[in-house]
Amino acid sequence: MLTQLLFRALDKKAIWLVFALVFIAIAIPVANLAIPEGNPLHLPNYMVPLLGKYLNYALLALALDLVWGYCGILSLGHAAFFALGAYAMGMYLMRQIGARGVYANPVLPDFMVFLNYKDLPWFWNGFDLWWFAFLMVLFVPGLLAFAFGWFAFRSRVTGVYLSIITQAMTYALLLAFFRNDLGLGGNNGLTDFKDILGFNVQAATTRAGLFAASALALALAVIICSAIVNSKLGKVMVAVRDAESRTRFLGWRPENVKLFAFVVSAVLAGIAGALYTPQVGIINPGEFDPANSIEAVIWVAVGGRGTLIGPIIGAVLVNAGKSIFTGAFPDFWLYCLGGLFIFVTLFMPKGIVGLFQKLRPRKGKEASSAAEAGEDPSTLPQSKPVPEPAE
Amino acid sequence: MTDKSGTMLYLNGVSVSFDGFKALNHLSIIVHPGEMLAIIGPNGAGKTTMMDIITGKTRPDDGEVYFDGRTDLTKLDEAQIANLGIGRKFQKPTVFESHTIWDNLVLALKKPRSVLAALLYAESAEDKARIEEILETVRLTARKDELAADLSHGQKQWLEIGMLLAQDPKLLLVDEPVAGMTDAETVETAKLLKDIARTRSVVVVEHDMSFVRELGTRVTCLAEGSVLAEGSLDQVSANPIVIERYLGR
Repeated sequence: MLTQLLFRALDKKAIWLVFALVFIAIAIPVANLAIPEGNPLHLPNYMVPLLGKYLNYALLALALDLVWGYCGILSLGHAAFFALGAYAMGMYLMRQIGARGVYANPVLPDFMVFLNYKDLPWFWNGFDLWWFAFLMVLFVPGLLAFAFGWFAFRSRVTGVYLSIITQAMTYALLLAFFRNDLGLGGNNGLTDFKDILGFNVQAATTRAGLFAASALALALAVIICSAIVNSKLGKVMVAVRDAESRTRFLGWRPENVKLFAFVVSAVLAGIAGALYTPQVGIINPGEFDPANSIEAVIWVAVGGRGTLIGPIIGAVLVNAGKSIFTGAFPDFWLYCLGGLFIFVTLFMPKGIVGLFQKLRPRKGKEASSAAEAGEDPSTLPQSKPVPEPAE
Repeated sequence: MTDKSGTMLYLNGVSVSFDGFKALNHLSIIVHPGEMLAIIGPNGAGKTTMMDIITGKTRPDDGEVYFDGRTDLTKLDEAQIANLGIGRKFQKPTVFESHTIWDNLVLALKKPRSVLAALLYAESAEDKARIEEILETVRLTARKDELAADLSHGQKQWLEIGMLLAQDPKLLLVDEPVAGMTDAETVETAKLLKDIARTRSVVVVEHDMSFVRELGTRVTCLAEGSVLAEGSLDQVSANPIVIERYLGR
């Protein structure tokens, strides 16, 4: 049964996307490490973590698209799951520093020494073990999504109300993580990382490895999302998006369908965050900023929601644009972003992917509708124009 | 009305009000297994509210609602009621517009409704045959791969009837099935519903009197949330109160 699921996941579109991601997982490290400086194909060191960051954002966008594009849940707090995954990874990286910190305490991270902590808070236990930390990367965002979704979907909170409480959730976490006594570094967050799995975080080879991991994680997420949206469950998700109450009268439970999508999505967002921390070198409460979640929504909208490739294209393009614009015209970036969102909403409701779909398959569609017109019209029930039924 | 054994649907003294407006007022209706009941009545008589109560969308303030003589429907939610075997066709046809006609039927097909079952579901030859049979019945075979959004109003009505059949319910609640249909289609729909009613119980709400005559079944006329008259269409339409309150207007 699982092989069948996998087989269904790898339809033509998804397989190309996976191939492309595997290719760049190899090509970018090669361009950085193997091709010598001076060669036009050489990729400078600073570019590798930057591109890796784009792919982490792309994974966040894909996760968001799974709930928004396919299931109709507009989450304005998805960066919270990303940040939780990022913090879980950050805690692991902090504990790898050991006695090499400024205060040279073998157990306590610097900020705890500075804040006069005597012992490690209980929830830091286990984070020195990579497998435990990686498990928490999946578990913590998943658990929050489960608890949140359980109550929200069961009480049938939908639409704009749900969006507002997701926003409130990330804002509450932002405020909580700013507090020093939470034991997670307050507003400075976690930084000064040294090693990951024994490799120096700063080394070019480690960075290339992290990039490859980001690309492969994204490829894996594409396979998972593709398997879900191509299954009957994916059809139920779209049905819930378009006519939630109708699905109830067919005997489906929209709350369970949504909960499943929301938890899977949160876990994927957590993985994205975990890969983000070592590449960026810092994680602080700013990642919980509601504006981050809204930006992620813009990536998905720009790329094209309800498709697997759309959010990836959107996240990479918008963030590349952000890197260029904030360098060239730092004051205008936010106007550009706002303008972009308005433009996309008004003129490209299906995003960049929708634009391509519009341009491309014209020919095939005309041919098929011509074939239909040739069919015996008497087999099709014809209808007169409908007055809207009364009552 | 106290004996509910042997009934398919049993409503006794059901009342519900919205903001002081009594939508249903001590409504009592019985439907037997394999029976068809047509419900007529003016706008605001409570026909749709009655369906909302049976399918769990609205909770009654008072009264009993039993399915199959033993299951108290007022304690269950929409999905539980649907899975018991009560199918509903809405007044305004509601199909899943961004899915193909085939997929609409796949979603309606009587199969386990859990998340895991849906994730691992694969169409068996048996399921395909059943869907093709339904497509024949509702005459949408030629259009099975098209999006439901592209269907005409009448065809959406038929697709929704097809979805009802795919659910394989014991009781069908059909709200204005022929709105927007041609006369020929209306006759076909009546035939189809009569066919269905041979093995299942059917409750049809309809304004179209010629369609109700076509069904040739027991008729209940509702007005202001309770039963005004019951009997054959001729008896009901000869009833002076019915003429005054509904037909005559």
